[in-house]
Amino acid sequence: MTTNVDLAVNDTGPKLLLWNAKDRADRPAMREKYLGIWQTWSWSDVATEVQAIAAGLKTLGLNRDDRISIIGDNRPRLYWSIIAAQSIGAIPVPIYQDAVADETQYVLDHAESRFIICENQEQVDKVLQIKDLCPTIETVLYDDDRGMRDYNQPFLHNFDTVIAQGRRYNQDNPDFYRSEVDKGQGSDTSIMLYTSGTTGRPKGVVLTHDNILKTAYNAVQFEGLRETDEILAYLPMAWVGDHIFSYAQALTSGLCTACPESSDTVLIDLQELGPTYFFAPPKIFENLLTSVMIRIEDAGALKRKMFHFFMDVARRVGPELLDGNPVGPGDRLLYWLGNILVYAPLKNVLGFTKVRLAYTAGEAIGPDIFNFYRSIGLNLKQLYGMTESSVFVTIQPNDEIRMDTVGRPIDGVEVRIEDDGEVLFKSPGIFREYYKNPEATAETKTEDGWCRTGDAGFFDQEGHLRIIDRAKDVGKLTDGSMFAPKYIENKLKFFPDIYEAVTFGNERDYAAAFINIDLTAMGNWAERNGVAYASYQELSGLPQVAEIIRDRVEKVNADLATDPQLSGSQIKRFLVLHKQLEADDGELTRTQKVRRSTIAEKYGVLIDALYSASDHCEIETEVTFEDGRKGSVKADLAIVDAATSPTAMPQAAE
Amino acid sequence: MTDIVEPETSVEQSIAGRPDASAEIILAVENVSLHFGGVKALQNVSFDIRKGEVRAIIGPNGAGKSSMLNVINGFYHPSEGTITYKGEARSDMRPDVVARSGIARTFQNIALFSGMSTLDNIMTGRNTMMKRNFFWQALFYGPARDEEIEHREKAENVIDFLEIQAIRKVPVGRLPYGLQKRVELGRALAAEPELLLLDEPMAGMNSEEKEDMCRFILDVNDEFGTTIALIEHDMSVVMDISDRVVVLDYGIKIADGTPDEVRANKNVIDAYLGVSHD
Repeated sequence: MTTNVDLAVNDTGPKLLLWNAKDRADRPAMREKYLGIWQTWSWSDVATEVQAIAAGLKTLGLNRDDRISIIGDNRPRLYWSIIAAQSIGAIPVPIYQDAVADETQYVLDHAESRFIICENQEQVDKVLQIKDLCPTIETVLYDDDRGMRDYNQPFLHNFDTVIAQGRRYNQDNPDFYRSEVDKGQGSDTSIMLYTSGTTGRPKGVVLTHDNILKTAYNAVQFEGLRETDEILAYLPMAWVGDHIFSYAQALTSGLCTACPESSDTVLIDLQELGPTYFFAPPKIFENLLTSVMIRIEDAGALKRKMFHFFMDVARRVGPELLDGNPVGPGDRLLYWLGNILVYAPLKNVLGFTKVRLAYTAGEAIGPDIFNFYRSIGLNLKQLYGMTESSVFVTIQPNDEIRMDTVGRPIDGVEVRIEDDGEVLFKSPGIFREYYKNPEATAETKTEDGWCRTGDAGFFDQEGHLRIIDRAKDVGKLTDGSMFAPKYIENKLKFFPDIYEAVTFGNERDYAAAFINIDLTAMGNWAERNGVAYASYQELSGLPQVAEIIRDRVEKVNADLATDPQLSGSQIKRFLVLHKQLEADDGELTRTQKVRRSTIAEKYGVLIDALYSASDHCEIETEVTFEDGRKGSVKADLAIVDAATSPTAMPQAAE
Repeated sequence: MTDIVEPETSVEQSIAGRPDASAEIILAVENVSLHFGGVKALQNVSFDIRKGEVRAIIGPNGAGKSSMLNVINGFYHPSEGTITYKGEARSDMRPDVVARSGIARTFQNIALFSGMSTLDNIMTGRNTMMKRNFFWQALFYGPARDEEIEHREKAENVIDFLEIQAIRKVPVGRLPYGLQKRVELGRALAAEPELLLLDEPMAGMNSEEKEDMCRFILDVNDEFGTTIALIEHDMSVVMDISDRVVVLDYGIKIADGTPDEVRANKNVIDAYLGVSHD
């Protein structure tokens, strides 16, 4: 058992690493699967590697305050590069590994990166393609040398060579590393993270060591994370969540970060590793559940019956047990039996056996999905946060899990609600500024130290925060009733056969929607009902599919009707889109959020048709393939009317 | 002197893009004929394969491409002619001896063990190199265990190279066709061949799978310096990735040269498009 870390002394990431290397020298810090075998590095191993990388970067000419970009999947060496750069005062700028060249170029150019560390040939090629447009790029390093034999550009360096150089430099200058680390302070810039940007170009969020470490530490205390905890780092390194979980919380609690073998093997690695701490956006929990349900439907009758019987028990008893509420002995026995026969094996298959803390955030999670995981005993909780707050603003405490809230503010965080419903917060994690964008900084940070979230929400009676939508997206129909698009879209998306939905209604006479079907779920339905289809487009255009979706829309309308405030925004007309909304086409952000302005522009014809009398509409759209080539898709879409429900409670009841 | 030097330099120029390819001939086929009763599958075919190159054998259906590969591979014994591999001439040889001498192949119709995992299938590619007998392997003790670990590492390298980690433990029968082809390539690679024979590696694939396969073939050639001889009837693929192409038609060699030369060859155009007889 180690003592708690003192953040006043160890006020930067590199200082914390040295502290861990001394105090937790032999504890595992990092794992990675290589050639089928899990390799482990202890905290002292990591410190040694980081020291060599830092000196290597120094010999290549990386200076204090230089920006250094890091592009790649979650790899130990890329994490070490972040701390190594910080050790010598440089500022790491991780970049989304799947961003196309144009997006990458914007960030490299805006951050004025001098150095870039690439994971492999794929990323090097992308950088070489845009290098001429980014004059600040001087040095490019690559970790994996596969396919790099014929690259002889003088500015390209093999990571191994750089580490070897660093080792020699450290031998000649034994005090170098320590003295560089000592120059750092908590108020220094720690990292720059570019937000995916639901509106306009990405913004570079500047975070200090204090921001990140204090926030991470407060959450570590809130949840009681320990050095025996383990996390699988599989979400993009450029995303603030991964940086907080796999870097900052690892440093402040000593937990071990494991990197998957490749992005395709995450589910297998999860099962082999059995982490104790797990984060996933709702979409991943949803996909996991869908795959389980499909496999169960394919199983034998006996197994299927057993599964459904015990899942009913779990839904009734599981959440109560997890919340510590009293449960009768009969139910306890049934749950115990269910655990042996269904829940434990299921958790094992999913890799959740040892998970004692799981978070989801980013989007609203469907009630069925959330309850499913909680009922089999997974401690799944919701939190609220963003890049600008170094993630944690509110978390649901262990025994107060609610479906539709995001929990209470954690230690050190204050939250208040503006008159127009916007949520503001004050915390040690508030970012310093948007890089080279003082106007945006001034818009977001108030003079008295509050940070605007741009989200609309309120506190319920228990003191839990509820978020309903982006403040600027909440609009009004022409009759004056409130229109919260995301709230409605989420309700639609809770149906497994709806993948994505976009609703319209602000300053319109009624609400209308675009629907994206889910290929897996709808395809499964088609297979079971003997409906033939050749492509996504054909499936989405089938009249039977439109009927199914109409049923879903009408259910959502009935649901909306129960809330007097939202009853006016029931969906009167909708259409099923012929193509999936894609980040590559600019319709979604890299974190899979809908870009309303792009969609309004691109599908203007369709929106007009939704508000006309016609029952179909032709459209031709441009699509971008994974390799960057473009093509076009033509379609004739049917526009369907949906029935609305009468408002359940008379408005006079208020 | 100049007479000897000149062809050397022209060879160097034609393969300038590939640093590993040299003038050294790894395999030469001389006047090979193959008859099945009255059917003349190959007639007097001669060509050579240089060390480090990608050599394609193309031709319309029934041209004798697979027969040619089976002759090189030792599966068929040529009725006439000789094959010289690494300076050693032979008229016929057993497939297992060929395999041991550094030639590996894949098949037109996938020939994997469909009930076995990807990893196990790839391990079979190393079978000819295992020295311990069945008894020791069953005991899995001492030297047999060390040997297994050594071979497993080689197999894992192949898995890493072909980026098939996610299907390591999946029975190959459950994999889509394109991935099965990749596993088959993996099994051939596991034998660490000097000469790799690929029988229609792209057959039945969609264009994305074809692109992937092309990349792997070029990578194998580049990273390991493996000489590759491939049969393919998709002309565009062949022209993109091979250094030299030999064209067969009805068992007769009708052209031999760089992709550009072959593309311009009148006999080839006639064979593929048919000749107008008016």
